[in-house]
Amino acid sequence: MDNQLKTTCLHGEHVALGAKMSPFAGFDMPIQYSNITAEHNAVRNAAGIFDVSHMGEIFINGPQATEFVNHIFTNDVRTLVSGQILYGMMLYPDGGTVDDLLVYKEFAPDAYLLVVNAANIDKDYEWMLRNAEGYEVGILNDSDNWGQVAVQGPGAEAVVSKVLGMDLSGLVFYHFADFELYGKRAIISRTGYTGEDGFEIYATPEAIVDLWRTFLAAGVVPCGLGCRDTLRFEAGLPLYGDELSADISPVMAGLSMFCKLDKEEFIGKDALVKQKAEGVARKLVGIEIADRAIPRAGYPVVLDDGTEVGVVTTGYHSISLDKSICFALVDAAYAALGTALNIQIRHKVFPGVTVKKRFYQTNYKK
Amino acid sequence: MSKILDELLYSDSHEWVKVDGNIAIIGVSDFAQEEMGDITYVDAPAEGDSVAKGEDFGALESVKASSELYSPVSGTVVAVNEELEDKPELINEDPYGAWIIKVEMSDTSELDGLLNAAAYAEIAK
Repeated sequence: MDNQLKTTCLHGEHVALGAKMSPFAGFDMPIQYSNITAEHNAVRNAAGIFDVSHMGEIFINGPQATEFVNHIFTNDVRTLVSGQILYGMMLYPDGGTVDDLLVYKEFAPDAYLLVVNAANIDKDYEWMLRNAEGYEVGILNDSDNWGQVAVQGPGAEAVVSKVLGMDLSGLVFYHFADFELYGKRAIISRTGYTGEDGFEIYATPEAIVDLWRTFLAAGVVPCGLGCRDTLRFEAGLPLYGDELSADISPVMAGLSMFCKLDKEEFIGKDALVKQKAEGVARKLVGIEIADRAIPRAGYPVVLDDGTEVGVVTTGYHSISLDKSICFALVDAAYAALGTALNIQIRHKVFPGVTVKKRFYQTNYKK
Repeated sequence: MSKILDELLYSDSHEWVKVDGNIAIIGVSDFAQEEMGDITYVDAPAEGDSVAKGEDFGALESVKASSELYSPVSGTVVAVNEELEDKPELINEDPYGAWIIKVEMSDTSELDGLLNAAAYAEIAK
């Protein structure tokens, strides 16, 4: 194993379960425990648990916390009430994406929790520090002191309520509650990355190990990053690095609804305003092909005459829909729904058509 | 430990070959199917296509990844295992029974460059 790889608090559990491990975002992470299809279906039909302890937790507080978060974040946190969560991005001035993240408005005044992608923790933290000049705020990267699990699926509410001894029926989508485990702060939010109802639980690493064991004993299926990707993909959710990056703005990715251009300012706003007004060169689309062959990241999108007009960013033979589908970044001229676009898979060209990116009907509890 | 059959020849890209006169019956080894995990799709050539030694003739797909198939010999595809179209999992269940293509060889001396079971056992681990 690569000595540089970090491990989460649940690493020993994964190894003991015989998980197939692989490097992801600098961590040695479980890809699958049994097989991806079974784990995927457990989340769609019952309940699965993911180790997401690699994610980053950055706490912002101080008299100008609201102004600062609104300065670096595309969505508008002034509309948030305590206990509420917003999804959005941090952008470079040119509109490229630093990261996509969740912002939790804390119950204490002038305080926020920012949950960021594992691969971007250091980059994001430095970005925040660099852009905090002139703002009266404290910024704490507390990622190493938190573990996190996601319990996802239609059976999540029942099993999480039972395990935690909490009534979660009133906790709705994109809201959270504070509680205590072993005398330390824990957080539960009705959020996830699967397209199903579910919860994400943050607690000390020790508490997360105990929770993991308790959920497994309660029949919740351990799920690896393999099905995390198939699930989020079907639900039309982007993965930073594939569908968002320094070169892919939220406008290109079709995520403008999370960018409040009526805000006075935020980093990258001017670039997005320009992109909206003038149009972007490339847009993210969904493409469905009528074959079992699988469009993979990097495969070219081509016209009938062979002209290359784009590239696949993520693709699968969808487990829940039994269709070969992908996200692709294509020339904007070909991004309208219903456009005929072919995908070259090795030596063959497969005809396809652009479709909505939310391939699977999501089941959130709103 | 994966299974290796003594009577077959192997390529270093984990295809097996069963020789029947000038026909090469080609599949993938037990080691290869274990590495791939659950196979969901077999991308195979059509009858009449020509294949060349060392060049890809198709691929196996699992949920997560594609793995190209490389032809151990040159020649013409004379049969394709159509059963794999609906049941790609046969490769996982019985890798040495689930042949993928049969090739009429244009140069049987190419077989000399393939590995016997003992030599293949050295790389399939």
